[in-house]
Amino acid sequence: MVLGSAIRKGEYYDSVLLMRISQELKKIKGVRDAAVLIATDSNKALLREAGLFTEEIGFATSNDVVVVVDAENEDIVREAIASVDKLLKAGYEMVEESYPTLDAALRAMPDANLVVISVPGDFAGWEARKALERGLNVFLFSSGISVEEEVELKKKAVEKGLLMMGPDCGTAIIDGVGLGFANVVERGTIGTVAAAGTGIQEVTSLITRLGSGISQAIGTGGRDLRKEVGGIMMLKGLELLSKDPETKVIVVISKPPDPEVEKKILDFISGCEKPVVVDFIGGDLEEVKRAGAIPAFTLEDAASRAVALVKNLDPSTYKPFELPRVEMENMARKEFERLSEEQKYVRGLFSGGTLCYEAMILLSKLIGDVHSNIPLRPELRLKNSLTSVAHTCIDMGTEEFVTGRPHPMIDLTPRISRLLKEARDPEVAVILFDLVLGYGANQDPAGVLSPAIKKAKEFANAQGRYLAVVASVCGTERDPQNFHKQRKNLEDAGVVVMPSNAQAARMAALIASRGEIAGFWEGN
Amino acid sequence: MRLLKEKPKVINIGTKLFYESLRAQNVEVVHVEWRPPAGGDLEALKLLEKLKGSS
Repeated sequence: MVLGSAIRKGEYYDSVLLMRISQELKKIKGVRDAAVLIATDSNKALLREAGLFTEEIGFATSNDVVVVVDAENEDIVREAIASVDKLLKAGYEMVEESYPTLDAALRAMPDANLVVISVPGDFAGWEARKALERGLNVFLFSSGISVEEEVELKKKAVEKGLLMMGPDCGTAIIDGVGLGFANVVERGTIGTVAAAGTGIQEVTSLITRLGSGISQAIGTGGRDLRKEVGGIMMLKGLELLSKDPETKVIVVISKPPDPEVEKKILDFISGCEKPVVVDFIGGDLEEVKRAGAIPAFTLEDAASRAVALVKNLDPSTYKPFELPRVEMENMARKEFERLSEEQKYVRGLFSGGTLCYEAMILLSKLIGDVHSNIPLRPELRLKNSLTSVAHTCIDMGTEEFVTGRPHPMIDLTPRISRLLKEARDPEVAVILFDLVLGYGANQDPAGVLSPAIKKAKEFANAQGRYLAVVASVCGTERDPQNFHKQRKNLEDAGVVVMPSNAQAARMAALIASRGEIAGFWEGN
Repeated sequence: MRLLKEKPKVINIGTKLFYESLRAQNVEVVHVEWRPPAGGDLEALKLLEKLKGSS
């Protein structure tokens, strides 16, 4: 095999386009592996791990694009590298109407009312400000914007009566249109406002699968309920949903807010005439109850309570699993009976930040502390996000993982290499992960992951171990990837697929603890 | 009720993926082929906009 590379100095391309070009290069006959990437430090580390590192890549910077090809002979390497020009050009011709700036686009579409922004963080605030100044609502997917700038943008939006969703807003469904990563959900009477992208995806998908629908799903960005931001967009969203005649029930989702912000939000809710279900993931349920809202334990619980309210059913029932206890115990036993004594840890590999956070809340209650790159307590922060310790859950969608490469919902390569790494650890009992479907996500994530899961299981097997793999699929039957097909594909690869993120985390805990968790079935 | 007063009409700045998913939903959308402005120097860009604004 021959390894060759080229550096495209000072060039900038959309990381999704580069990923697609990498995939095209891999299809060339005689090419074993290939990558086209922005030369960030994390991407360079990944290339090194994949055996795709050359000396010149060491000198490339994050302003450069690297093309690297591993092939049968030098001719094929040269041919593959040369084909990148054509592929880049073809990638750009896919778009029918494209303009160099916001103002040029606005001249072409003078009645535009919404701008979706996903440029690097350094420039994202700048583009958002321009959009607001021109009277446009903003969905800001980018992260890496200062809190000060966020506050300024949100204040400006409120002043102008506009929505400023984000920064770091993964998902919204506005007037039936999915923005960012959104699932194909039914329209209906449940309105959501959330500082949690995959929180919206999980709740709206589950509501759809439970037979109800969504009126609006407003994203605020993850930091909205921090003290500095003061819940500006959450309050605005609540106000809009409370006035919306189509919305009968409201669902609020966020990590536990700052106490002052929480008070402002609960004050608003206590004056709201519509029923409000609140999931302050892992937060104080009593405060929520006192405000007259309906507290939810998990995202799934929030979805089922909201649906119960719409259908005039009792919203207070709690079940750890959808299926009966005996079935769940048998399912867990089938897995843990095959584990060796040494295997005790859960390793969670998540593409959704909120899903990761929720899993950690549940796991830490059931089986103890969980280490992470987004830890529940500062002392549980991993020294190195690439190396797990004891029970670990990784949010692979954080800044350090996505700078210069597509989000893990699109590009599964980093998750696959991490999965194989975890499988080599003899103390790992269960791999837990989320598979998120919908617009924007990978076209066939289970198809990409399944061979790696089989390989991980085979590796463990060759070492005389069994590796349990548990997952949940966030999505609907109408998603482009199809919920049923994705679930089936994972099951065929030997994955225990649970109906929700919460149930997947509980199942992982049951397996790792060999079914012995005090009080588990009584409702923790 | 519409949250936006009119049907969503979108300008997409950044990844083409979001342009494609809006097209797949039959939403009217135009795309901005974004490149780092002013050679990637934000301060220079701000200065440039300021000069343009005052002219």
